[in-house]
Amino acid sequence: MFDDPNLTKAIFGRLTWESLPLHEPIVVATFAAVALGGAVLLGAITYFRLWGYLWREWFTTVDHKKIGIMYMVLGIVMLLRGFADAIMMRLQQAIAFNGSEGYLNAHHYDQIFTAHGVIMIFFVAMPLVTGLMNYVVPLQIGARDVSFPFLNNFSFWMTVGGAVLVMVSLFVGEFARTGWLAYPPLSNIGYSPDVGVDYYIWALQVAGVGTTLSGINLICTIVKLRAPGMTMMKMPVFTWTSLCTNVLIVASFPVLTAVLALLSLDRYVGTNFFTNDFGGNPMMYVNLIWIWGHPEVYILILPLFGVFSEVTATFSGKRLFGYTSMVYATVVITILSYLVWLHHFFTMGSGASVNSFFGITTMIISIPTGAKMFNWLFTMYRGRIRFELPMMWTVAFMLTFVVGGMTGVLLAVPPADFVLHNSLFLVAHFHNVIIGGVLFGLFAGIAYWFPKAFGFKLDPFWGKLSFWFWVVGFWFAFMPLYVLGLMGVTRRLRVFDDPSLQIWFVIAGFGAVLILLGIAAFLVQIAVSVRRREALRDTTGDPWDGRTLEWATASPPPDYNFAFTPVVHDNDAWWDMKRRGYRRPVSGFGAIRMPSNTGAGIILAALSTALGFGLIWYMWWLAALSFAALLAVAIGHTFNYHREFDIPAGDVEHAETARTRRLAAEA
Amino acid sequence: MNVITAQPANAAPVFHLEDEHTHAAGGSTMLGFWVYLMSDCLIFAILFATYGVLGGNYAAGPAPKDLFDLNLVALNTAMLLLSSITYGFAMLAMGRNHIGETQAWLAATGLFGLAFLGIEVYEFAHLIHQGATPQRSAFLSSFFTLVGTHGLHVTFGLIWLTTLMTQVAQHGLTEANRRRLTCLSMFWHFLDVVWIGVFTFVYLMGMLR
Amino acid sequence: MTAHASPSSPAAAGHSEDHGHGSLRGYLIGFGLSVLLTAIPFWLVMGDALGSKLVTAITIMVLAAAQIVVHMIYFLHMNARAEEGWTMMALIFTIIMVVIALSGSLWVMYHLNTNMMPLHDMSRMP
Repeated sequence: MFDDPNLTKAIFGRLTWESLPLHEPIVVATFAAVALGGAVLLGAITYFRLWGYLWREWFTTVDHKKIGIMYMVLGIVMLLRGFADAIMMRLQQAIAFNGSEGYLNAHHYDQIFTAHGVIMIFFVAMPLVTGLMNYVVPLQIGARDVSFPFLNNFSFWMTVGGAVLVMVSLFVGEFARTGWLAYPPLSNIGYSPDVGVDYYIWALQVAGVGTTLSGINLICTIVKLRAPGMTMMKMPVFTWTSLCTNVLIVASFPVLTAVLALLSLDRYVGTNFFTNDFGGNPMMYVNLIWIWGHPEVYILILPLFGVFSEVTATFSGKRLFGYTSMVYATVVITILSYLVWLHHFFTMGSGASVNSFFGITTMIISIPTGAKMFNWLFTMYRGRIRFELPMMWTVAFMLTFVVGGMTGVLLAVPPADFVLHNSLFLVAHFHNVIIGGVLFGLFAGIAYWFPKAFGFKLDPFWGKLSFWFWVVGFWFAFMPLYVLGLMGVTRRLRVFDDPSLQIWFVIAGFGAVLILLGIAAFLVQIAVSVRRREALRDTTGDPWDGRTLEWATASPPPDYNFAFTPVVHDNDAWWDMKRRGYRRPVSGFGAIRMPSNTGAGIILAALSTALGFGLIWYMWWLAALSFAALLAVAIGHTFNYHREFDIPAGDVEHAETARTRRLAAEA
Repeated sequence: MNVITAQPANAAPVFHLEDEHTHAAGGSTMLGFWVYLMSDCLIFAILFATYGVLGGNYAAGPAPKDLFDLNLVALNTAMLLLSSITYGFAMLAMGRNHIGETQAWLAATGLFGLAFLGIEVYEFAHLIHQGATPQRSAFLSSFFTLVGTHGLHVTFGLIWLTTLMTQVAQHGLTEANRRRLTCLSMFWHFLDVVWIGVFTFVYLMGMLR
Repeated sequence: MTAHASPSSPAAAGHSEDHGHGSLRGYLIGFGLSVLLTAIPFWLVMGDALGSKLVTAITIMVLAAAQIVVHMIYFLHMNARAEEGWTMMALIFTIIMVVIALSGSLWVMYHLNTNMMPLHDMSRMP
């Protein structure tokens, strides 16, 4: 039946046996490992009969806490993939000297640096940041869930759908070889006729829908569901930074959606937006995608500024210094982040007036950021600092991030940028702020809120080991890149001619190995903590002597978060409650209305992913079918009017009484 | 910021709500939908920007003057404007709790929307027939994409309208259905606002070139 | 963004979101104004009433802005009170973003074209 080439083409589109990268031993070995690991995992789930549990309790859940945890798991899994790409690049660059071609061919290497960037930004940093916000924000504002719990579930699965498409590209076909922003004309059909760029486009489109919707969701949650008494200027700083981040998400991801749509029209329909012919202009793509791209980096860092604020105040035992200035600095950064995008392409040739404007706005951004830094320092000043793991990450952030910020200001000077553009100096700069800021912040946040989510602390020994490997490894890995960049080495090179450069790449590779150990220690830390959970158990719900509302409830919090909605009188609401002799209510519980679980989110996301896959491979029947199904399921879902249920008062009382007993035993 | 909110000296501070009425589902929907519309607005902003930058690049192909028929555009604008006012009447009927009247006005809105789409499809077909395809020049690429995206939104609005009419027929003007009708109303009027930009910047200004 | 003291609690905001669906009078005024503000620019362009292209272009842009405001007020029922001012704030923020993205792109690309492609006739930009 498959002898007819037309039929085969109609069914499989561009997909043929040649599409499978069987000629790449590295990919085949990876596939074997992943397939084996996956088979073991799936087998174990089946053996222990966990599918029903997973489906009912996790996949279909609309509980913001569980969705937050799933986001974190996704981010950590994808971190492993993204880091595998990183260390492969480091190894290649460390050995490809003196006529050696290294061990990666150009076709493979180009996919690796593209995939590394895409994965780290979209499928590591974004899920981890979103997961943190999802978990913490409703608890911090005293809410029972987000504004739109079903959308939350849907958003998560759309992010997963995007990640799945990227992962599939490793084994079926190939990924883009264009760099992480897929600039045309290279990404146009003429120069990238393969499926790589299409994987890129549809992975980001599918995930982007999820990100935008989750942004809308969290904005509404923060605006509408705050506990009584929590005025805007009494919101915890993390909630503030989350609000600004989500505003940025809603105001920038549509731009990405639109730009990628235009690129796909160029590729699929043959329009001339970003082509070199018929009046198209590739630089318009660069201009538009950075209108999204610059706010994106603030989307990543702002919530972590919030984490550092919470951690610094908690572990210094002091109220945050300069709360108001912190809020204003965040808002100013939010606005300014829209006025700097051109600094990513000073060299494009817009001329002196345009470049000066964007150079100056870029430098201005360092002012509110600097103000934040001083606020943290003054919070620590004369505080009783406890150097627990979250605080260690915070201090490491302050030292590292300032260096990254300074090199950023260097790059903001257009004449300097003409020299440093696209060099390893730039690569060192953005890793310096993203690892030193976002990643360190995520580790601080994970260590800080892990006991809230699971009821036991993370093991400090392995945590500190991970911390030191990461921090030292970071400095080893990226300082050499500054040096190389100043010497004029450009990014994304696969082989080198000048043997004197090799030593720097070897040092950078050594740093990457240290980071590998840091990641390993982090995973061991989680495993060890789970095993030692009884010893690390926290029954109070407030292990760090916290200041904000999330520490007022049990760890892990019950489904309904708070049996009674708290009333807020102070910035540090929980600190205020503790100081003024708050007594936890032990009776008078009522039924609590909560949203019901639904499978619609995962089904819609799966159909979207199938739609993307069909479009990537020109399997038009699959695309049409999944689009029709998507529409049908979405419309069908709106016919379901019963989306809530009541947790009976008895169940609430039972859970709360158990907590009362635990607290009494502790005392 | 460092002062604790003043409490009456004799009253004990209240730290939690004793009895709270469960707040109705969908309390955030209006705001959420508005924020969604704002994000959609940015998609259109990018398409307008693209048209603004590339709209003069005819690549030796046809220019707006050679292509646009303002009579047709005026007719189209009238259709959309009429559909807006009929949707307004539907909302007024909903406020008076008249199911039949609401449905009738919604149907009228749908018909005007359908007419709008029909005219647009006719215009596009006519252009393509003339050889002014989206592939012909960057100007035409951005024209078709901008106007077509608006048309796709109207199409989606019509699907939504049909769904809602079915749901109103099934369940009447319940709280949830009123909320949905209000959301669609915002969506519909928003598309009207976008169309003001389209006919001004694309068609009228195009003819001035 | 300073502290506005009204506690935006669910209790306070829960049911009071009745921001009305407008009145017949409102819709009719809005419709009348829209018809007027649509008809005038079409007439100006189709009848070439003003003679000057520049004056016509500026006039129709002003009329479009006016019509957008009319739609916002009479059809979308925008006001500063709905949702405690959040819808208005979102709108203002979006307008700022739209202006930045639009004018920024035009400015950046115009300079790029004049600097890098001097042959291009950018005077025909809208």
